[in-house]
Amino acid sequence: MIGGFFDDVPYRGLVLLGVLLAFMLIAPLFAGDYLLTILIVVLYFAYTGLAWNIMMGFVGQLSLGHALYVGLGAYTAAALYVHFDIGPWIGLLAAVPVAMLAGAFIGYLAFRFRIGGVYFAILTIAVAEFARIGFDHLSWTNGSSGLFLPVKQYTQNDLWHMRGNPAMFYYILLAATALALVGCRVFLQSRVGYLWLAIREDEEAARSLGIDTFRYKLLAVVVSAGMTAFAGVFYAFYYNNLFPEQVFSISRSIEIILAPIIGGVGTLFGTIVGVVVYEIFAEGLRFALAAFGWDVPGVRQLVFGLLLLIVVVTLPEGVWPWLARKLGLTERKS
Amino acid sequence: MPADIYLNVAVGGVLTGLVYGLMALGLSVIFGVVRVVNFAHGEMMTIAMYIAVTLFTAFHLDPLVMMVPIAAVLFVFGYTLQAGLINFFITRPEHSQFLLLIAVAIIITNMLLILFGPDSQNVQTAYAYESFQIGTLIVDATKVYAALAALVVAASLFGLFRFTLLGTAIRACADNYTGAMVVGLDVKRLYALTFGIGAACVGAAGCMLLLLFDVTPEVGPAYTLLAFVIVITGGLGSMPGALIGGVLIGLTEAMAGLLFSPSAKSMFAFAFLVLVLLFRPQGIMGKRAA
Repeated sequence: MIGGFFDDVPYRGLVLLGVLLAFMLIAPLFAGDYLLTILIVVLYFAYTGLAWNIMMGFVGQLSLGHALYVGLGAYTAAALYVHFDIGPWIGLLAAVPVAMLAGAFIGYLAFRFRIGGVYFAILTIAVAEFARIGFDHLSWTNGSSGLFLPVKQYTQNDLWHMRGNPAMFYYILLAATALALVGCRVFLQSRVGYLWLAIREDEEAARSLGIDTFRYKLLAVVVSAGMTAFAGVFYAFYYNNLFPEQVFSISRSIEIILAPIIGGVGTLFGTIVGVVVYEIFAEGLRFALAAFGWDVPGVRQLVFGLLLLIVVVTLPEGVWPWLARKLGLTERKS
Repeated sequence: MPADIYLNVAVGGVLTGLVYGLMALGLSVIFGVVRVVNFAHGEMMTIAMYIAVTLFTAFHLDPLVMMVPIAAVLFVFGYTLQAGLINFFITRPEHSQFLLLIAVAIIITNMLLILFGPDSQNVQTAYAYESFQIGTLIVDATKVYAALAALVVAASLFGLFRFTLLGTAIRACADNYTGAMVVGLDVKRLYALTFGIGAACVGAAGCMLLLLFDVTPEVGPAYTLLAFVIVITGGLGSMPGALIGGVLIGLTEAMAGLLFSPSAKSMFAFAFLVLVLLFRPQGIMGKRAA
């Protein structure tokens, strides 16, 4: 299995991946706080994008409510920490199953009646919105006034309680993203991965071959939800404050899916490329708007909407497949 | 007398629901024919609401009177959007179409934010505080006018699709894309007309809704979602279903607002959607898929 792990990745692609990993590993040594913060955001969206991609890219199920899993993960771990002093890694053991249950609920509801495509997408938004309003009224997590994690002055990094400087958070997320990338690759090359792709390409045909499509679609939602929950736990301990309006909002869900869609749905490296393209553009825009004094509320998002429009119209399959062809990084033919 | 309060709130909810229904009708028409999900539906409605609010503040023109010209503006907007952009996306995968309309929605929201600022605006009509009293039942005049207008627009839409040649041609496109092309229908143009009609619908609904609620640039996504909940509840592709779904959701929201808290009302609309998906997944008026 491991022997065939890199089989169809071109050599130049492997070198590129190695250089990228080396750069990411040493980045905190020279990066200032500002750059490090941006890199953390990049990794965060790369990680959530990879998780989302399992549903959309592998099985073809469009989720527009991934903020739900982030929010459930974040709130579960944060509430356990605030109320019972339970650390994030133990909290993760509760946060992941909670998100998985929510995913299983949505998947069960939708796939039992073969609700697919757009209707499935609406259902995911509806449940996320339900959770947003629900948490607004849940007094155990302080409702709409927000849940705050105690921030103490720290003298050294405490990995076990996820209290420390940005570099520590950076390495946690880098490890998670690398693990997610490898995990997705393993999934893709396993029996389950092939079944997923079969369902994505033609669900009717897959079913006629005797594949239990309900079960494998459900599995994809549950895996994706569980993965996303970790991002939520990270979010809670990195930002130290949670508001239902922010964590569960539709715009959070859309942010998650932008990177994989800009980069190219269904490709693993595309998600990474997508998030880098997105962040470079977003930061560049911020500087440009500040320099020209046009930083009126709305202008940034307006330009961003226009960029999205241009990308969707001109590069329908995403930036990465196009870039890969330009760089001669298409799959090895052997 | 609590029973009276329940009845009053219920009637108010039904009337608001009819306006919701008209909004959802626009979405249903677009999706039923063009098969594209208009994720900018609520945002298009906020355009209409801002035009109406501007006309009201500047010239004291009543939103219900301006409904027809505003619907016409939205028709042109919808037609142009479909003819200039969405028609090229008909054969693209669903997520690609979705992203296109998300981009349109982001652009609309932020254009409105730049033009009108983030503060909420509303209209104060002369009849804002009038009400009709029938026995113990008290109903806001505004809601009655808005609901009547919604019924008139919905009825003309039914007429258009049922009795005119254009309506028949559009229904043909919805039923059989290839067949419609074979008999020589200009499908792309009919798609653009349909999107225009759907946009006009939501434009008219926006004028009515402005009488009932404030508008801010950010209300768009919530209305988009509400329209979807209604369409799925009522049954996809069913025009009466959209109206009935609207009434049910309006009623659910009103009762939830009374019994729990107004801020939790849309939560009950989503819960209602989940119940419908559980027990009648094809929607209330929908036909069961083969």
